[in-house]
Amino acid sequence: MPALAEALVHSATAGPLVHQSLIDFNLAGLGRNFWGLTIEGLTYGAIYALVAVGYTLVYGVLRLINFAHSEVFMLGMFGQYATLLLLGFYPSGNAYDKGILLTVLYLGIAMLGGMIVAGGTAVGLERVAYRPLRKRGAPSLVFLITAIGMSFVLQEFVHFVLPKLTGGTLGGVNAQQPIRLVQPEVQFTIGGAPVTNVTLVIILSALVLALATDLFINRTKFGRGIRAVAQDPVTATLMGVSRERVIMLTFLIGGILAGAAALLYTLRVPNGIIYSGGFILGIKAFSAAVLGGIGNLRGALLGGLLLGVMENYGQVVFGTEWRDVVAFVLLIVVLMFRPTGILGESLGRARA
Amino acid sequence: MSTSTPAPQPSSSGAPTSMPPAGRVATKDRPHGGVGDRLRLWWDALPRPTQWLVGVPFVLFMALVPILNIPVLTTVGTNFGGVMAQFGMIALIAIGLNVVVGQAGLLDLGYVGFYAIGAYTVAILTSPDSPWNQAGEGHWLGREWAWLAALPVAIAITSLSGLILGSPTLRLRGDYLAIVTLGFGEIVRLLADNLDELTGGGQGLRGVAYPRLGVTEDLPNGVFSAGNAAGTLNSGVWWYWLSLVFIVISLLFVGNLERSRVGRAWVAIREDEDAAEIMGVPTFRFKLWAFVIGASIGGVAGALYAGQVQFVIPTNFNVINSVLFLCAVVLGGQGNKLGVILGAFIIVYVPNFFLGRTELFGIPINGNEIASYRYLFFGLALVVLMIFRPQGLIPVRQKLLTYGRELYVAARRSAHVVAPRGGSDGGARPGTPAVATASGGAGGAAPVAGGPTADGPGTARSTTNEEETR
Amino acid sequence: MHRTARRASGGAALLLAATLVLTACGPQSQGGGGDETTGTSTETDDGGSTELSIVPSVQIDIEGAEVEATEGGDPADPAGDGSAECAEGTAIAMAGALTGPNAALGLNILYGAQLAVDEFNAANPGCQVTIKEFDTEGDPQKATQVAPQIVGDASVLGLLGPAFSGETAATGDVFSQAGLLSLSASATNPDLTKNGWTNFFRGLANDAVQGPSVAKYLVNTKSFGSVCVVSDNSDYGIGLAQQITEGLGDAANDECAAEVKTGDKDFSAAVQIISGADADAVFYAGYYAEAAPFVQQLRDGGVDIPFVSADGTNDPQFVSQAGASSEGAILSCPCGPAPDDFAAAYEESAGQAPGVYSVEGYDLATIMLSGIASGVADRAGLIDYVANYSGDGLARTYEWDSAGELAAALIWIYEVQ
Repeated sequence: MPALAEALVHSATAGPLVHQSLIDFNLAGLGRNFWGLTIEGLTYGAIYALVAVGYTLVYGVLRLINFAHSEVFMLGMFGQYATLLLLGFYPSGNAYDKGILLTVLYLGIAMLGGMIVAGGTAVGLERVAYRPLRKRGAPSLVFLITAIGMSFVLQEFVHFVLPKLTGGTLGGVNAQQPIRLVQPEVQFTIGGAPVTNVTLVIILSALVLALATDLFINRTKFGRGIRAVAQDPVTATLMGVSRERVIMLTFLIGGILAGAAALLYTLRVPNGIIYSGGFILGIKAFSAAVLGGIGNLRGALLGGLLLGVMENYGQVVFGTEWRDVVAFVLLIVVLMFRPTGILGESLGRARA
Repeated sequence: MSTSTPAPQPSSSGAPTSMPPAGRVATKDRPHGGVGDRLRLWWDALPRPTQWLVGVPFVLFMALVPILNIPVLTTVGTNFGGVMAQFGMIALIAIGLNVVVGQAGLLDLGYVGFYAIGAYTVAILTSPDSPWNQAGEGHWLGREWAWLAALPVAIAITSLSGLILGSPTLRLRGDYLAIVTLGFGEIVRLLADNLDELTGGGQGLRGVAYPRLGVTEDLPNGVFSAGNAAGTLNSGVWWYWLSLVFIVISLLFVGNLERSRVGRAWVAIREDEDAAEIMGVPTFRFKLWAFVIGASIGGVAGALYAGQVQFVIPTNFNVINSVLFLCAVVLGGQGNKLGVILGAFIIVYVPNFFLGRTELFGIPINGNEIASYRYLFFGLALVVLMIFRPQGLIPVRQKLLTYGRELYVAARRSAHVVAPRGGSDGGARPGTPAVATASGGAGGAAPVAGGPTADGPGTARSTTNEEETR
Repeated sequence: MHRTARRASGGAALLLAATLVLTACGPQSQGGGGDETTGTSTETDDGGSTELSIVPSVQIDIEGAEVEATEGGDPADPAGDGSAECAEGTAIAMAGALTGPNAALGLNILYGAQLAVDEFNAANPGCQVTIKEFDTEGDPQKATQVAPQIVGDASVLGLLGPAFSGETAATGDVFSQAGLLSLSASATNPDLTKNGWTNFFRGLANDAVQGPSVAKYLVNTKSFGSVCVVSDNSDYGIGLAQQITEGLGDAANDECAAEVKTGDKDFSAAVQIISGADADAVFYAGYYAEAAPFVQQLRDGGVDIPFVSADGTNDPQFVSQAGASSEGAILSCPCGPAPDDFAAAYEESAGQAPGVYSVEGYDLATIMLSGIASGVADRAGLIDYVANYSGDGLARTYEWDSAGELAAALIWIYEVQ
């Protein structure tokens, strides 16, 4: 095939940007930036993990992929943004400097705002879209389609309707002009890699939230109800657990964590508040949930962190454009060898 | 306490023997008594030649739709022929995806990958931008026939990719399969995006070949070229007709498969994979078959797309499209091959309907404004439809797969005989136990035929019944 | 705090309670809000950087050398002499993404053209031209469905568009065979004019001009010895990145070249790579939606080298989203700066500030209108008119070679300050 040879010669001469080979293996780059990449990866992984908990809990209880959970996260971002606006902050693209205590307070309030909006959305979603289906005993594929439908509705609501309702302050085609409360500042270094205050806040809050959720599921009465329904809905109902309440609680927890993740995400990516901003992250978080073993709370955390770190390594080794490929290949390979994820499906069985 | 868990079985289990007390309940006990089901029963009982006599004119009518210029139906802001061409391609995709999702019950969220592979195969073989171009001067394929020559290659490669993707992944079940196929769909798109030298990356491949037929003075590139844009017989219509040919072929193909051992195996796998395996159905092999056949049909659609648009670019093959294809299948009625075509029509047509429209039935509207909200309405419609008609617009009815026609005839006969006697609300509706057996949905009577006639788990049944009451 | 929230997990009750808490916070936070405003103003005082905007700095030629802006040209006025006569129902068409994620660009062109048409109609009672909008969503397949409608509409004399390179490639044959003028205000892929279409003209320099010009400017004028070229995965970004890389020659740093995806918001790996490389500047080939978070993350990651980008980033949104991080960014554009009175008129008619290609939309529509005013009444005539046109517009001098490229195309360099 002369044409092929010719084209390859042509592309080789076309310049350094067109890589000499299709994929280059930059292991040296990985070695050089190892700690930096790990820390960055853990930061994103923590956010994936929080969103993944929402997927995994709902799946554990209902055997349902809540495809619209990414939109819950997206609305959480708008929720915390609106809260900051209500608090009197103005978007400027520049960071405020309010001192540690006040900043933490305001961030806390904003996180609460994000949690309320996201939690409310999740519960509302369950009421409007899923409960009628459950009442009718629809097959599981129908739930998935409804979830997709709601995903469209919520996105388009923020895209077209919200700007009309708020006079253009919120929503619309473009990303929100960022409100930044924290300017990333390097606190200390690990292995030569800088660790910023934002990174610390994200990883620590994610860990605290994850721990709290784990305790809640495993130690409280409500958590026992959730586990019972996940394990055997009929028996749980016979034992006096209200399935409807458990389901609502499950959506609420998922939504609250998504709202918290939304605030942490916007700390890291202040320009990410846009109607389409949840979709990719949602798919990644869902992958993380499956990776760890869907239905398994700790699996979601492990899957999230693992996915975040691995895709960060991958994009340095193979090139930045291969980041998503690395994530999906990792997912597929893991499922090939452990078809129920790394930790297995065990929301119901864990400490039952 | 919950109300929904052990869903109050709408007394269907013992129903056929007990006398329904009142009309409303009677309809509940009597499955599928609507107009559609009478039509279905009538159609199934017809002899083959008569079915052809009715079917062929219908297909001809469908073919003429874009050139009849029907007042409200014809789109204003976009070319109706072009819309119908897109509909033809999506309908093919829906038929292919229906084999995988509707018939074999494998949730595939990455079907767009096969569409992409089909399109890219044709593009890589025939686009002058591609390093492996085989068409045009200096290569061994003439531009005239390059598309047609690339089509079988596209089908072969998509089938092969179905095999390659399917053989490791089909060990997974349910939602794991869904996420893995979604991942594969994305990987295909990202490969197309990242392998710049071969696929042109984000710049795409231009100048893909198309069949050069009907060359005249006015149309130096033939009727399929994008240049044939004027008048009613524009290129869109020709592409639509070409897609129709493939639709009919694949319908015959899939329809025959459905009635064969393969189709019965698919149904068995869909309803209960473990049971099927125990009963001696080689589930993995038949799942793989479903995947490969579905993939090859998707490949045909992709080849059509590449030929019509003459330009392929990765962004056209993203997850959203995968999801839309799935919506077409579920909306129309998964498992029902005619239903999914209707679903495809809705997916393609509705967003185009409002574009550029300034009035509808004499009422002035701002079509472009409405059109910008189309995905909002689309999402709402999906939710509402799924709540009130979860089986899709034209739900599938499980048929008797062996000795089918004889039983339908028998059912119809007995319906005529029994109905006037037993029907409490007018004898016109065929609602007797005999019919219930034939159309298979009624739980209690289902096992009679001994075949795989049970209509899914109890949940699905109760919805259908509830559905019928409203 | 989430723990207390969960304690009250009575579903709606919780929501209600939380809302109450928030409203209770209301007045108090208003007070806090006062603090914040003062906080911002002090910040503004010492930072002094909130009033950033994109300011034109120089005009360069293909060798990257600075060229004196030809001030005092006489831009064509759409109003003409007010005596134009034409058939009733005469129209021009505009095709591009008017809805969907890429709509902003299409709308910029549309509003610019609409302004020209409005001015023309107001001045010429004898000739009322309408502008017909056709939405392609920027999707090539959609464009093939829309194109026949445009061609089939006999009242359309000329087309302003298609807006993107991909859809132009997909529909070029349609317009070419129909003999309909296709005057693009934004399709910059160099290959488009190599198809032998006699009806296709573009009103701005293509990427093969912009890339080398900017590259030479960076090397020769700015003396950057090592530049990281980062591109997105769009048609536009890849093409431009190739041109820039070629133009930079040895100055293109292979170590830190990267490709990101349109829609990405996280560029941590690219930032890591760039911070590890010892480069003098970063060139980003892509759109503002990604450029804003990218430059911000670069600055947050401690990378302080100059940020250079092109027309896709040259939008007020870039500055408003990136804030102080965008300060000092160098943005090239084949598009000319919007003159003040144009900007004012545009803002009044469109309700927003002019964006990228608004001026081109206005200029190109003006050219078509002046053709109509000169008595052209058929499609072939309008193609002839444009092919032989020579005159100044708001942005530059318009005169085309036989392929449909601008005879002399200069690039503007802007700076955020």
